[in-house]
Amino acid sequence: MYEFDWSSIPGALPFLAKGMLVSLEIMVAAVVIGIVWGTLLAMMRLSSIKPLSWFAAGYVNTFRAIPLVMVLLWFFLIVPHLLEQLLGVPRGTDMRLGSAIAGFALFEAAYYSEIIRAGIQSVSKGQMAAASALGMNYWQSMRLVVLPQAFRNMVPLLLTQGIILFQDTSLVYVSALADFFGTASKVGDRDGRLVEMLLFAGAVYFVLCFSASQLVRFYQKRLKTA
Amino acid sequence: MISINNVNKHYGAFQVLTDCTTHVNKGEVVVVCGPSGSGKSTLIKCVNGLEPFQSGGITVNGVAVGDPKTNLSKLRSHVGMVFQNFELFPHMSIAKNLSIAQTKVLGRDLAEAEVKGLQLLDRVGLKAHAHKFPGQLSGGQQQRVAIARALAMDPICMLFDEPTSALDPEMINEVLDVMTELAQEGMTMMCVTHEMGFAKRVAHRVVFMDHGRIVEDDSKEAFFDSPRSERAHQFLAKILQH
Amino acid sequence: MAYNWNWEVFLQPSATGSGTYFDWMVYGFKTTIGLSLTAWLIALLLGALVGVLRTVPNKLLSGIAAAYVEVFRNIPLLVQLFLWYFVLPELLPTELGNAFKQSNPFVQQFLSSMLCLGLFTSARVAEQVRSGIESLPRGQKNAGLAIGFTLPQTYRYVLLPMAFRLVVPPLTSEFLNIFKNSAVCSTIGLLELAAQGRQLVDYTAQPYESFIAVTLAYVVINVTVMVLMRRVEARVRVPGFIGGK
Ligand SMILES: Nc1ncnc2c1ncn2[C@@H]1O[C@H](COP(=O)(O)OP(=O)(O)OP(=O)(O)O)[C@@H](O)[C@H]1O
Ligand SMILES: [Mg+2]
Repeated sequence: MYEFDWSSIPGALPFLAKGMLVSLEIMVAAVVIGIVWGTLLAMMRLSSIKPLSWFAAGYVNTFRAIPLVMVLLWFFLIVPHLLEQLLGVPRGTDMRLGSAIAGFALFEAAYYSEIIRAGIQSVSKGQMAAASALGMNYWQSMRLVVLPQAFRNMVPLLLTQGIILFQDTSLVYVSALADFFGTASKVGDRDGRLVEMLLFAGAVYFVLCFSASQLVRFYQKRLKTA
Repeated sequence: MISINNVNKHYGAFQVLTDCTTHVNKGEVVVVCGPSGSGKSTLIKCVNGLEPFQSGGITVNGVAVGDPKTNLSKLRSHVGMVFQNFELFPHMSIAKNLSIAQTKVLGRDLAEAEVKGLQLLDRVGLKAHAHKFPGQLSGGQQQRVAIARALAMDPICMLFDEPTSALDPEMINEVLDVMTELAQEGMTMMCVTHEMGFAKRVAHRVVFMDHGRIVEDDSKEAFFDSPRSERAHQFLAKILQH
Repeated sequence: MAYNWNWEVFLQPSATGSGTYFDWMVYGFKTTIGLSLTAWLIALLLGALVGVLRTVPNKLLSGIAAAYVEVFRNIPLLVQLFLWYFVLPELLPTELGNAFKQSNPFVQQFLSSMLCLGLFTSARVAEQVRSGIESLPRGQKNAGLAIGFTLPQTYRYVLLPMAFRLVVPPLTSEFLNIFKNSAVCSTIGLLELAAQGRQLVDYTAQPYESFIAVTLAYVVINVTVMVLMRRVEARVRVPGFIGGK
């Protein structure tokens, strides 16, 4: 039977905390950029200007067809190469954090845009008509009437997607970037206590994501009764 | 046939049924009415054990419904029930809706079940629709199929929970006609309905419920001519205005 | 740009000497497909079971099912994969663990990946099945019981056939996800498509061609699955049922 030895964990906590900061940094940046870009994509998709709508549809469908791991590999292996050649960025510059954020943000935007599009469509056509009848132009109607209602309904979905994104940040492992999980597995390897470290990391993710999803659920209930 | 004795039921602190007692004899048609939320659906669902109750007793044909030893499925297989929203099985053809329980519950063979199903469809005037799916029929047609589905099990009595209240006015009569015919053939029936015309024509007795209590339980003549309680007065006044 | 495009690189003999680089791609493609399909089978069977259990009146059973779903949903896929691959063999009884560790590395990687993806996806399938069952009108269950079906019969003849039809569209997206998620298994050394893409970058000096080819292969899988599932959806459509069109 395996004998557990958890003694290496306390010493590793400062490293793990630093890793967690990296994970959170990636998540927050990607969520913010992803939602902004996703909203734009959703509006393009619903726009009556055909080329814009085609572009958004193409973008979303392409990103949704490709594994996140592949997108990240593009951003870690190919894009830096491209930047070196095109912009003359010095060889060997560490762009991994920036690449990770860019990769996640562009990828997640495709998913956010679908959530947001459904949210906009769920606000009845009558609302847009009513806003126009009051003399508002397209942007005013969108900004003052449609989007606020749409976002209110979407918040739980957007938050849930954020939790998924947080879990997915562990995939920066493919670039050896020291996020929470990368740090845990590195320290575990170093100390020869990979089993304990991986179990610990799994437990931390579980506690964080489970609590967050319970909060979202609670919020969702309140939205319904409100 | 159906005997309800001092039944009490509550959801948590909320008392839905209080001391309900009534009896339906063989061949009798009893209409249950009362304001919305008064517990009519709950009472009728207690009769075939779809809703559990906390105290009191119900027997159907001598079988105690609340007894944990009672085989409820067996009991229900010969107590027909018709629902407000029809509840046909949407993924099966009409013919299959009529035969599935005959074969799986009663163990009849398929050919026999299908013949029986068709006979009953014919009886409710829908033989030509046997191959269709429920979603392709009108509400009134669906409800007639639902009645035929219950009859296919050769029920000893029938329970109806507002069978016409989800229907457009022009379809109500086609369903009531089928029910009237059934009653005239001597079927034992317990019907929750607001169709007072049906009650006047067909019922033997009327049970009036309010706030979970059976307030009146009388012959239809007595109920319509001289209701004893103030609530029943108001209820009748309101409903007969239309 | 001073990049030499060379698509013929795929026809060159590979560094290991056996076959061409195109054969590497084919090998990765086959692994991805084999892994995803076997994992999908597990996910469907377990997911249907757990999803049904979540809706039964028995509090203990539905509680266990809920816990199952939460565990697999709230731990990142990569972490789960490492737990299957690195941790589980250590925790197994010594003999079983050793047998696993001494088996062919491909078998180790494939088994871990298959179980990991299968169980991870089963939790999602379970949620879809549960919401499918819960979205059926409440009266359907009563109608099944009222006609004399037992509870298991009501599930079998009334609730499940309808729930599964309702669940096909959301399951399509889970089915697509399992192919995409399988790329995570490259991290434990399984030579599926993404891993072969990385190898191609290392071995040939043609990173763009390699990645474009691999990415396109994923797109092809995606489109194929979508077309197939459209057919399934058309097949199970219930005539006259709203939402079934
Ligand atoms: N599952 C439940 N939990 C809590 N309360 C319930 C539940 N089901 C019904 N009730 C309550 O029990 C009361 C009686 O409900 P019931 O459906 O029997 O009324 P009803 O007389 O059939 O009304 P209606 O004419 O609207 O069908 C209502 O006040 C209802 O709110
Ligand atoms: Mg009712």
